[in-house]
Amino acid sequence: MIETPILSRRNVLKTGAAAGGGLFLAWGLNADGSAAADAAVSELNAYVTIAPNGVVTILGKNPEMGQGVKTSLPMLIGEELDVDWSRVVIETAPVNQARYGGQAAGASTSTPSNFEPLRRVGAAGRQMLVEAAATAWQVPATECATSLSTVVHTPTGRKMTYGQLAARAAAIPAPDVKTVTLKDPKDFKIIGKSVRGFDSPKIVKGEPIFGIDVDRPGMLYATFTQCPVHGGKVKSVNFDAVLAAKGVKKAFVIEGQGDIKVFGGGLQTGIAVVGDSWWHVKEATKLLKVDWDVGPFADHSSAKYQAQADALAAGPGQSIIKKTGDADAALAGAAKVIEGAYSYPFLVHAPLEPMNCTAEFKDGKLEIWAPSQQPEGGRRSIVKIMGLKPEDITIHMIRCGGGFGRRLNNDYMIQAAMIAREIGGAVKLLNTREEDFAHDYYRSAGWHYLKGGIDAQGKLVAWKNHFVSFGEGGTVLFTAELKPSEPPAPVVENFTLEQSLMDCAVAVGMMRAPVSNAVAFCSQSFLDELAHAAGRDPIEFQLEVLGPPRVTGSAATKDVYDIGRQRAVLEKVRDISGWGKTTLPARTGMGAACYFSENGYFGEVVRASVSPSGQVKVEEVWVVGDIGRHIVNPTGAMTQVQGQIIDGVGQALGLAITIEDGKPVQTNFHQYPLIRMPAAPPVVHVTFTETNNPPMGLGEPALPAVIPALYNAIFAATGKRLRSLPIDAKQLRA
Amino acid sequence: MAYTLTINGKTLKADVDPDMPLLWVLRDSLDLKGTKYGCGIGACGACTVHLDGVAVRSCQTKVSAVGAKAITTIEGVGAHPVGAKVQKAWIDHDVVQCGYCQAGQIMSATALLTKTPQPTDAQITSGMAGNICRCATYIRIKAAIAQAAGLTPPLAQPTEPVIIPAPPLPPHTPGPPGGGLPANAMPPGPAAPAAAGAPGARVRPQTEGAL
Repeated sequence: MIETPILSRRNVLKTGAAAGGGLFLAWGLNADGSAAADAAVSELNAYVTIAPNGVVTILGKNPEMGQGVKTSLPMLIGEELDVDWSRVVIETAPVNQARYGGQAAGASTSTPSNFEPLRRVGAAGRQMLVEAAATAWQVPATECATSLSTVVHTPTGRKMTYGQLAARAAAIPAPDVKTVTLKDPKDFKIIGKSVRGFDSPKIVKGEPIFGIDVDRPGMLYATFTQCPVHGGKVKSVNFDAVLAAKGVKKAFVIEGQGDIKVFGGGLQTGIAVVGDSWWHVKEATKLLKVDWDVGPFADHSSAKYQAQADALAAGPGQSIIKKTGDADAALAGAAKVIEGAYSYPFLVHAPLEPMNCTAEFKDGKLEIWAPSQQPEGGRRSIVKIMGLKPEDITIHMIRCGGGFGRRLNNDYMIQAAMIAREIGGAVKLLNTREEDFAHDYYRSAGWHYLKGGIDAQGKLVAWKNHFVSFGEGGTVLFTAELKPSEPPAPVVENFTLEQSLMDCAVAVGMMRAPVSNAVAFCSQSFLDELAHAAGRDPIEFQLEVLGPPRVTGSAATKDVYDIGRQRAVLEKVRDISGWGKTTLPARTGMGAACYFSENGYFGEVVRASVSPSGQVKVEEVWVVGDIGRHIVNPTGAMTQVQGQIIDGVGQALGLAITIEDGKPVQTNFHQYPLIRMPAAPPVVHVTFTETNNPPMGLGEPALPAVIPALYNAIFAATGKRLRSLPIDAKQLRA
Repeated sequence: MAYTLTINGKTLKADVDPDMPLLWVLRDSLDLKGTKYGCGIGACGACTVHLDGVAVRSCQTKVSAVGAKAITTIEGVGAHPVGAKVQKAWIDHDVVQCGYCQAGQIMSATALLTKTPQPTDAQITSGMAGNICRCATYIRIKAAIAQAAGLTPPLAQPTEPVIIPAPPLPPHTPGPPGGGLPANAMPPGPAAPAAAGAPGARVRPQTEGAL
């Protein structure tokens, strides 16, 4: 039932002139969003269709997973089109990167990469409507203005609605989007105003709009079970018992291909159980008895990684990632040398909607309904692994019940496609939460062995980090790396970053604010540690370390770091949080941190209390962010930041995946305490300082700083410096 | 086994195994997909439904145990006055991010307010502790529940951030004026605490930003 009529309708759309990098397509919708009975609607461009009744349908081009782009990207088009937003319907675009450009949701890139292009799409459409009206009235287009989906001839006051003009406008050749006039931002009527999530009315009524809700005629259901130790192969399996279970139609092994530790790289061996209901196949899956060839990682454990990291850190680094000045000499000459060994564990993404995908294989062609953060990547993987032609694969982008980076890897899409081909029909693959925990692309664990030197005046003179991470053949795993430009590298004169690598049992991958979500904890905690050792106020110390406003790095090397912006958010959060001016009760403290992540600059202050038994309570958080000139949708921006803050606090309070016998120990939420309302900070103040820089995205960058800010608050409250994630309450007992 | 179930005021029949959880009967046998699978162990609350008005985890409730109890799901909760208020408050406060947990949140909130129409902050927090929101929309969930309960003053937090505008850009050739106001834009929220503005900076009043 879900979306299928709408989606299939897209297959018969007519194409027209190109604009904005896209073809012009059209179909009709009634005001309630249902399909129009006839095709008496008009194409305006690849994203916009206008029905005679004035309903404007705008396509959302990127995957929606809770970050709000299904609403905010069409706002950009609607702004320049000058629409009456109350009569806008938003639909999800088909997956077609040739037509729509990149259709991925990751690295907070949807806003920066679409802000101007989509405005140009809207402006081009507006120009066509104005031209149509001017022609009808036989007046110069320059005498016409637009407002609320209406063109007005200013001298005479004559009006025509977009609905009345759409057919004529659609016949006009599309202008070159490069030549269209954009609004002065001071005239924005939609950008910068809070608009609620377009799909929210459906969600609060339980309408079936998620991937897991997809239904196809005659569809079967499947689970996929991989070796508990990553990369293991099947030696033998008791298919007879499974096939005898109620409702099971088929069970088979799918052999792994490619290297799952390479991003987008492959498929692990597993066993598909297919049947007439998901409950039946899930119950049958429990009967599986598999003799696995577990491979080389079965003796790996988190405890061994820790011991190995300590041993590696005792020697020289295997490679030097960055060296400026002479950290060793500066340390030797320092008045004080502080050492801190910091570490963080693996994390599982655990979006609340488990991994699922519906696939239908018919006459050599594959149709897929995927809640994916980058569906086109899934197509590429399927082409590579299954040998299908790209044009024989149709992918429908379906709302994701959370992403957090998990759905940038399309392993579940490949699994569903393989199963659909094997059964020659339609199948909904739904993996259990346990399978999701067992086979994620985890946030990597890591170890930072830090040394800092302070001179007699209390200034930072040296920073040295022996970073221990995971790699293969001397190459660090993607997302387990530390870039030479990672703060504080650009601002410390005598700086050395060495690296040593270990083998890893599991696959790692991008998780909300990749790399910085973990490394900010280490560097921003250690700076706080150094500030206290120097007897300095931590924010004042950090501002001194940052130094005067300037820009380091370059666009060519993709490491521009604007220290003026970083300073400004830290100064602002200091001022609004009452930093240094607040008298706090016993065992209550305030901590600060700042970070630059996914092109957003954030400064954050946390106030936390620690009970005599060591329980940490985050009472209040202040956030100041600079993501450039525009906050497209303020309500969405606010909730994104608050969500990231609470997510980060939750990670700090208790999340870890530990490895034993080569496999993750935690299997479900009873062992992985995602934050709930009682532990969530009740107040998170959010301030944006708009600056004259291009607008950036907001799905990630507020998260990294809150974790060190919390740890620094715990130090302020208790005098105890914790150096590993998550918080160990035992160490905080009074 | 054939079961006759009362769901959202209707009588529906399902021929399913006795030990099949109500969750899967609803989703896959009766095409009521609003109730969600999150963990299968009763730990996340995404599958919350009401049995005779009491919130239960449908992933842990065998269909054979339902008996004659009236089942209410997210698809039907809006027919109850409290459920309708909760749904409206969820929209007013723009609670939803990914939205996957929200059916369960709304069912738990409705059960809470049905039993405790004027909950304290602590009662809301403990009443909602069984539901995980991975997007962590807890601040807005609490504010929405406060609104639905008509608490005065509400526990609501601002829904608008403080936005300190950038200094003006160099002169720009303006395009034509006009444009529509988003009609589904936010209502004025409670005022945010004022930020200490930098000299010359203007803090946008909350009511101005919210249309």
